[in-house]
Amino acid sequence: MSKILDYVDERLSLGELRAFAAKKKVPLHRYSYWYYWGGISLFCFICQVVTGIMLLIYFKPGPEAYDSVRQITYDIHFGWLIRSAHNWSATIFLISVLIHMFSVFFMKAYRRPREFGWWSGILLLLLGLTFGFSGYLLPMDELSYFATKIGLATPEALPVLGKTIANLLRGGLEVSDVTVQRFFALHVVILPLLYLPLLGLHLWLVQKHGNAVPPSEEEKPEQERKSIPFFPNFLAKDLGMWLMTLNAIAIMASLFPPQLGKMGDPLSPAPVGIHPEWYFMSQFATLKVIGKLVPGFLGEAAGMTLFALGLILWVLIPFYDVKTKGGLVAKRATYFGIFVVTVLVLTTILGYVLA
Amino acid sequence: MSEELTNQKADEVEQEEGVSRRAFVKVAVGGVCLAYAGAIGYPVYRYLNSPVEKAQILAAVKDVTLDKANELPKGSAMMFKFGPYPALLIHHDDDQWVALNAVCTHLGCTVQYKKETGKIQCACHGGVYDAHTGENIGGPPPKPLTKYVVKVQKGSVLVSRAS
Repeated sequence: MSKILDYVDERLSLGELRAFAAKKKVPLHRYSYWYYWGGISLFCFICQVVTGIMLLIYFKPGPEAYDSVRQITYDIHFGWLIRSAHNWSATIFLISVLIHMFSVFFMKAYRRPREFGWWSGILLLLLGLTFGFSGYLLPMDELSYFATKIGLATPEALPVLGKTIANLLRGGLEVSDVTVQRFFALHVVILPLLYLPLLGLHLWLVQKHGNAVPPSEEEKPEQERKSIPFFPNFLAKDLGMWLMTLNAIAIMASLFPPQLGKMGDPLSPAPVGIHPEWYFMSQFATLKVIGKLVPGFLGEAAGMTLFALGLILWVLIPFYDVKTKGGLVAKRATYFGIFVVTVLVLTTILGYVLA
Repeated sequence: MSEELTNQKADEVEQEEGVSRRAFVKVAVGGVCLAYAGAIGYPVYRYLNSPVEKAQILAAVKDVTLDKANELPKGSAMMFKFGPYPALLIHHDDDQWVALNAVCTHLGCTVQYKKETGKIQCACHGGVYDAHTGENIGGPPPKPLTKYVVKVQKGSVLVSRAS
């Protein structure tokens, strides 16, 4: 056995990896709990890949999309469970990504030298949302059909290129089986090709710079700061969180499997009370409110401009909040974060009230 | 002295308990891992195996009725599906009707009836079968083709599994 290990070690230098794992430490303080959310997001992503590949075995893009999802949901053994797990793990993925992002924000982990971690993270979130949007159409039932119609009508409001972009994404002037085929390519090939290297960069940066500590911890002298070894202590805790996440996905997936509505039909009217998934609810409600205040195209454009501005500010925060000590600028950044969370939560609730 | 002995005993007991506790945890963790593997593995297996189960149900068919196959001219053959498998119905010049499984017993290619030679041939590796009995008479096939029972009736041909 040891001979085999030596053989492998000599060629792959596993010793270096072991040495790195032995040296790696994770800071221990009252906010350490928030460190788990990146790992939970990663675990959910792995679940997405695994269940996604399994759905790929039976899913047929194009005109047969609806029928193949009907078969997966009602004919094939445990197909409902695999589809449900894909659905629930997507939801838990986005929740944990959002918690991860805001915990990074409030711990001010975007500051030097971790700016690229922040930016790659935001890109990963945007790609994650695009995964959600493109995957939502694939069953091609009534809800997904109209959700995609509405979703693609939003970029259409953009000046100059809006219509062209929407038409290209749709593959026509109306959502059809051509759109399903495109969204399928996007969902299972293009997005993963973009996502995986970016995820690799994101994870590598975390290894390179280590876990960031919040300003309150930074102020403490070196000898007062505590930490635990990554291997095996933090890893064991991390795996414990993964197990809990797995259980949460399993419970939700078994108890609340998604059904399949009527087949998407361009000739039937949109169902009453149609609303997007929770992760697009905030934008949906904001557009609705702005649309009431400023009717027509202008309102739509104002809403889109607002989203774009918010996102740009969010991306640029490492340039604004550069001070390491908690001064006025740092406080303002925190208030901005609190404002963003409040707006997102309130508009999401509003979306459900209005729907 | 006796006190010393008791201490020693207590140590041993503790040690034994320690070992058994460790063993217990090992078994428990192993058991939980197995339970998880089963709880995930079983649905995944059934999910992947679904079409196999369907094909097995199909393969269990006893007979198949071929509409209008009674009109098949002498000296010609037609392909049909017996359950999931391709099969061959031949109407010989001597008015004999023969139905055979068309999957070559060598490596599973679909065989064909050659009118010129009056034999069944496999194009993949040159296997040859007798068109009346299904006997393997040339090339690599190790076994004869499975023969079905044919009953020509009015308006159709009934092919059934030989019991």
